[in-house]
Amino acid sequence: MFHFFYNLDKRWIFLLMLLAVLIPILLGVRFPEDASPMVREVFQAVDELPEGSFVWMAMDYDPGTQAELHPMAAGFTRQCAMKKHKMVFMTLLPQGGPMIQRNLEILEREFPEYKYGVDYVNLGYRPGNEGVVKVVVSDLQELFGNDVKGTSLENIPLTKGMKNIQNVDLLISVSGSDPGTKQWVQIASTPYDIKTVAGVTGVQAPPLYAYIPNQMVGLLGAIKGAAEYEQVLLEKYPEFRDNPATQEGLRRMGPQLVAHMLMITLIILGNIIFFVGKSRGAA
Amino acid sequence: MKNSGLVWTIVLLIACGYLVVRTSQGEMGRVYVRAVEVKAEAKDGAEEKTLWTKYVDTDPKFAGQPGVSFSWPRTIGLWVAAFLTLAVCSFLYADNVFYKISESLFIGVSAAYVMVVGFWTAIVGNLFGKLTPDFIRDTAIPGLDEPRQISYLVPLIFGVMMLMRLSPKGGWISRWPLAFFIGATAGLRLLIYFESDFVRQIQNTLLPLIVLTENGGLSFWHTWKNLTIVGGVVSSLVYFYFSFEHTGFVGGVSRVGIWVLMITFGASFAYTVMGRIALLAQRLEFLFDDWLWIIDPLFKRH
Repeated sequence: MFHFFYNLDKRWIFLLMLLAVLIPILLGVRFPEDASPMVREVFQAVDELPEGSFVWMAMDYDPGTQAELHPMAAGFTRQCAMKKHKMVFMTLLPQGGPMIQRNLEILEREFPEYKYGVDYVNLGYRPGNEGVVKVVVSDLQELFGNDVKGTSLENIPLTKGMKNIQNVDLLISVSGSDPGTKQWVQIASTPYDIKTVAGVTGVQAPPLYAYIPNQMVGLLGAIKGAAEYEQVLLEKYPEFRDNPATQEGLRRMGPQLVAHMLMITLIILGNIIFFVGKSRGAA
Repeated sequence: MKNSGLVWTIVLLIACGYLVVRTSQGEMGRVYVRAVEVKAEAKDGAEEKTLWTKYVDTDPKFAGQPGVSFSWPRTIGLWVAAFLTLAVCSFLYADNVFYKISESLFIGVSAAYVMVVGFWTAIVGNLFGKLTPDFIRDTAIPGLDEPRQISYLVPLIFGVMMLMRLSPKGGWISRWPLAFFIGATAGLRLLIYFESDFVRQIQNTLLPLIVLTENGGLSFWHTWKNLTIVGGVVSSLVYFYFSFEHTGFVGGVSRVGIWVLMITFGASFAYTVMGRIALLAQRLEFLFDDWLWIIDPLFKRH
């Protein structure tokens, strides 16, 4: 038995992990989520704004991180639309353009009353990393003279006369890499006290917790944060229950739980094998 | 042929047969699009004019409806995406030619995509769009609505100077824009890190070590939270403080610092695992929903 586990080919572990993730997906396994206080604070930050508030949507994620982040971005977009907030989308990543487009499709499909230019604007991608944030926060028109279609911001009702983002009611940063939430907090939120919430990947989350609560209201960490946020969204807006697209994060927590159980089992098993092997002089 | 080779050949043949049968019956791997006319904004009661027709993805359950059609290009894209997903995952079994192909494709396409997007956004849209707006409007961005800004000659000149790096004799010229870039970046980062990550982080750590409730009682969890934050910061800093030997009291605090760091790394690792499992789940959803049509969580087909 010991030798079987000690010499086990790692590909069997890969196969087990595949099954642990695949079977719950095939069976549609889901578990109830209970939102943490921080997730509720993030939700509240969007919800307590007066109807029609101005929200800056920094969508700094790409296809590699959309599995975790798109549920958050879509949730933020839906919540802002339910509250009739005005949204301006932009990204610091070249691959972020199609990610913004996915969120705009949500508005076009589920909120047909939302009009481009009046209720939301897409500024698209601008190269320059944190330099772009610095410019946007001090002189928006300098770099963003026009939107993604080339229309001057002065000719778009929503952005007409907008000098910078210092007076936005809320900054929402969905970020999977650098530049992303860290730069928005450092360059925009901290010096100008812009109310900020974020949704980030698990890899990014731990160092960003240090900015809460003084430099950022709160953040959604990884797919767990996304699922909890969707849960609160469903509690507050039950009309979303009939739309399975609003439950992407919740759906992905089923495979998460089973995979985590497998990982914990493997860690315990690996340690037992290690210590047994050590006592037998094999390690 | 080795046993494993024979087994894999049989498995692949069965899989291919399954795909052929289901595809021939139209039960998987098809993408449908809906034609949507993009109209010009009507002014003063004038009739709306159709500018172009765009095609948006639609669910297979709408196949046969007016305006909905089968899309060959997007179906091919779906199959390529499915093949590349499987090719990348095949590395978990062993390195192979399909993995190599997909890896090379990924690197090449990513680099080209970033270059093309950067060119159209930065060079065409942001630089020449501001220097020669009329020309760019006529040739590249029809809706461009920008005044001419001569000040953008400065970045143009800097850009040309940077390209002098490719010149055998004029390479030194590129150092000037590079020096400007490094200086500006260093200055910006110095300021933002000092304010956001130094001063404000010290401020964030100045917390009351005993928190009282409104009626004067001890708020245990808030007190514990603040003690953990302050204790964690101090002990971690002591671990990186090397002017004293880490023995006695300093050594004890330093050991607490190591534990704090290890717990932090553990949390980071656990979060990373969660992210990777989410990625795997998303790719499996793609394979079994969009491609194979075995699951239907979004009710695309029913």
